[in-house]
Amino acid sequence: MSARDSILASIRRSLGVTGAEAPRRREVADRIAGHPRGVIPARGQLPVKERLDLFVRMVEGAAGSVARLADLVDVPMEVSAFLRRHNLPMTAQRGADPLLAALPWERAGTLEVSPMGARAQQGHDGLTAVSHAFGAVAETGTLAMASGADNPTSLNFLPDNHIVVVEASDVAGDYETVWQRLREKFGDGVMPRAVNLITGPSRSADIEQTLLLGAHGPRRLHVILVGEAGEP
Amino acid sequence: MTHAATSPRFKENAKAALADPDLQNALKFVEVNFIARRREVADKLPEFDALRDAARDIKDHTLAHLDLYLEAYERKVTAAGGHVHYAVTAHDANRIILGICKALGARTATKGKSMVAEEIGLNDYLEANGVVPIETDLGEYIIQLRHEMPSHIIAPAVHLTKQQVETEFRRVHTHLPAERNLVEPTSLLGEARAVLREKFLAADVGITGANFLVAETGSSIIVTNEGNGDLTQTLPKAHIVIASIEKLVPTLEDASQLLRVLARSATGQEMSVYTTLSTGPRRPDDPDGPSEYHVVILDNGRSSMLGGDFADMLRCIRCGACMNHCPVYHAVGGHAYGWVYPGPMGAVLTPSLIGVDQAGHLPNASTFCGRCEEVCPVRIPLPRMMRSWREREFERHLSPATVRAGLGLWAFFARRPRLYGLATALAARLLALFGRRNGRFRWLPLASGWTRHRDFPAPQGATFQAQWKARDARRR
Repeated sequence: MSARDSILASIRRSLGVTGAEAPRRREVADRIAGHPRGVIPARGQLPVKERLDLFVRMVEGAAGSVARLADLVDVPMEVSAFLRRHNLPMTAQRGADPLLAALPWERAGTLEVSPMGARAQQGHDGLTAVSHAFGAVAETGTLAMASGADNPTSLNFLPDNHIVVVEASDVAGDYETVWQRLREKFGDGVMPRAVNLITGPSRSADIEQTLLLGAHGPRRLHVILVGEAGEP
Repeated sequence: MTHAATSPRFKENAKAALADPDLQNALKFVEVNFIARRREVADKLPEFDALRDAARDIKDHTLAHLDLYLEAYERKVTAAGGHVHYAVTAHDANRIILGICKALGARTATKGKSMVAEEIGLNDYLEANGVVPIETDLGEYIIQLRHEMPSHIIAPAVHLTKQQVETEFRRVHTHLPAERNLVEPTSLLGEARAVLREKFLAADVGITGANFLVAETGSSIIVTNEGNGDLTQTLPKAHIVIASIEKLVPTLEDASQLLRVLARSATGQEMSVYTTLSTGPRRPDDPDGPSEYHVVILDNGRSSMLGGDFADMLRCIRCGACMNHCPVYHAVGGHAYGWVYPGPMGAVLTPSLIGVDQAGHLPNASTFCGRCEEVCPVRIPLPRMMRSWREREFERHLSPATVRAGLGLWAFFARRPRLYGLATALAARLLALFGRRNGRFRWLPLASGWTRHRDFPAPQGATFQAQWKARDARRR
């Protein structure tokens, strides 16, 4: 008997089932297809304006920083202001994301934002990345990043500084709304290779439980939230 | 090649732990930080207890249908281009993982933190077979340098002070200037970050555990704060997930319920920094990610726990809240338990995995204060199960002769209530007489185990039963 069969047989022996029972099979199939929601905290179930305010508060509570802009065209200036604030080189990397690619980067003077090359894989210190979030969750100030050429996963982890552009209309109250949007985009039960939920910059408390930022991932996480409350 | 358990020597381990000043200093932080932080975030979420009920129910439902969820999960992983391997024993899992490494010609493997990898002794096995494992979680990295087991399931180096970490870094990182300043924890973290960044970029294989496996999508989920697990699974040619069968959950919605209680119970965070869902290998137009994605599903005795006295233990999501709130853990730390899983969850799980003959002391290392059950996010009745282990230990004549004799003596009197009343009244009177002067005893015959560490209070009056009877009479 293969290891697989012997484990399944042992599980079935302990549970006193054969695995062929129709009601059990139906229950499992229904749960997977219906993916019922459980307890959803009231905290994030808010009208748009309050939801965005909560999102900002929670990101800041997790040691991230937030800038709110009315219009996407102002993103390059905010990126350049962030780099200047922290005395960083005026360069950043991004993926092929169409929204990021269409931004008027030339307006930000000396700022140079280039599509990710082999350089990102080198992961040397001082690197800054700009990503576009698939979604966000106000409940805990969490960003949801989907992998792919548009926003490569390694840009979420290798840089010292991570700047993430979030559209106000993509900020949900809860994780469940993000799962639903993923299903709508990729299909039921299908996922991009990686979905990274990110809540604040990297940290460790492994030495005497002293909380320190910048363990292996970015030391700084800066969220640029674009769009006003009330817009779609 | 699992770790040799020192659990049979729990008493000696505990004695040594109590006399270790570094350990006692380090353990102070556990009691203060973890408990206060958990309380704070739990109080901030009115739905927290409802979520704990939901988490318990999700786990129970999944375990009752585990065969079918495993099959569904496997179909999804395969459809996404990944491979599922099954391991009945720890050795099988080690062999499979080594096989994958060898097929890729791997020389080094970075590792995210995984308790299952500790359980199977993966590092020693890989090392002995020519693949160098590199732990990348800061705490795991530190204890790997020291050749130790984790002393806590989410804070593996919680037993060490920063001075001890500094000593270790100076011993191992000899390529760095000897006069560098490592006084502040930030400089220790910075040094580990720089050293490990090179390892991440050079590794051939990345090995992680999984907090959850999602049947709906075939995803493995890991939860970290450092980002080490993500670099581990993103940069190398292959990502290997090692996870035990009870990590299954049906859907993304179910995973969300569990995530809402996990970080709050573990570190007292609203949400851990990185929660990553990985599904299969790199896609055709992906610029990064592993080309191969393997999941090794480990049983190692768990399937036979289903439906038995200890089945509830399979709900455990390894948050560590039980040990954070345990007075015994606070006193002796994790290493005294002598194997991979310490604290109350270890006291229940370890006898299931390595045998009550090896780990019989652990369920006895409890005051039955019940705090572990009070804080458990999936409501595992840990004290009840520790009691079950004690009963089994007694039935199988594994308890020491003195304990058995004592229990026999007590049972003799307990079955004869009048004799019991007489004997206890006599004992109480005698103790009151001899202890009149000090009100306490610094030493008592047959009770030196008690009096060695604290005084025994002298009885102040009649026995409880006599007082109760008198009270009753007054009421009438």
